[in-house]
Amino acid sequence: MTSPDLVLYDEEFQKIREALQRLRQDANANVVFLVDKNGQQIAAIGDLQTLDTTSLASLTAGNVAATDGLARLIGEKEFSILFHEGEKDNIHISIVAQRVILVVIFDERSSLGLVRLRVRRATAEIEKIFEDIASKVEKEKQTIRAADYESPFAEITDEDIDRLFSE
Amino acid sequence: MTFINYAAREINCKIVYYGPGLCGKTTNLQYIYDRTNPSAKGKLISLATETDRTLFFDFLPLDLGTVKGFKTRFHLYTVPGQVFYDASRKLILKGVDGVVFVADSQEARMEANAESIRNLDKNLKEQGYEISTIPYVLQFNKRDLPTAVPTDAMYRQLNIKGEPTFEATATTGMGVFDTLKAVARLVLMDLKKK
Repeated sequence: MTSPDLVLYDEEFQKIREALQRLRQDANANVVFLVDKNGQQIAAIGDLQTLDTTSLASLTAGNVAATDGLARLIGEKEFSILFHEGEKDNIHISIVAQRVILVVIFDERSSLGLVRLRVRRATAEIEKIFEDIASKVEKEKQTIRAADYESPFAEITDEDIDRLFSE
Repeated sequence: MTFINYAAREINCKIVYYGPGLCGKTTNLQYIYDRTNPSAKGKLISLATETDRTLFFDFLPLDLGTVKGFKTRFHLYTVPGQVFYDASRKLILKGVDGVVFVADSQEARMEANAESIRNLDKNLKEQGYEISTIPYVLQFNKRDLPTAVPTDAMYRQLNIKGEPTFEATATTGMGVFDTLKAVARLVLMDLKKK
């Protein structure tokens, strides 16, 4: 497999939420969320009631993937920031730690300059959290090897799967 | 790439429907969408042209219930089938956990099916996957058409590794959920090995 599975533990999940919360306040943004490059939503903060965050996550990842493709076509490694300007709302998209996407939705109460500035700081913070996760996963793998531990999914049975489709 | 969120106790898996143009990938998703309880599904997103040809992808999120205390979420994607959209197909295969190959049963489309499987094999390799190891299910769609090739002949041409194979008519729903269930099973069973 190209990249390892993404695993998220409670402690880092809370840290990510705190970082996003801070970014939302500092940047005066409506919504801040984090998606992995495959379109899975990791965390979201802000006015989410009217927002379909699952679709947003998938389309953001599609957008970033298409833009990455464009970048490679003209010989760039990536376009690390994307910005879409609307009449009222704007979307600022940036890549963090090469594998996750940070999305900030803001309106006239903020500005592109402010968002860019705050995103830069938050990016460093989030990168650190993902480094911690990576080393934790690595450590855990070693312990697992040592203890011959089985994943919580080792015991999945045919019946478990049948039940999922019983409706 | 399965995303396991221990904090929210969720597993997220990505399943991609692959196949030649007009074979019925979007129709599979549309049927699943129509027949799924509203509480278990999100919006069906189609990035399509004005003539309803898939331009980039279709996307349908499904919540299937819990396994071992984890909520299982399947994200279903289709690729654009037309040959010249290859760059987009590669992007959609990123992070895939399981593939459904939808083959068109019509005689005239046999070469297109074979070409599309070769394309899938090549694009999977580019992303670092092997068709021989990835959870993979084959569907013979459009069985209702009079020009449908007998299934054993199709199997001989298209089978790669003895994968689970289903006859389907996606427009009426025949075989659609059997296919989905089979690929979900393979993906979840694959988690065991990790």
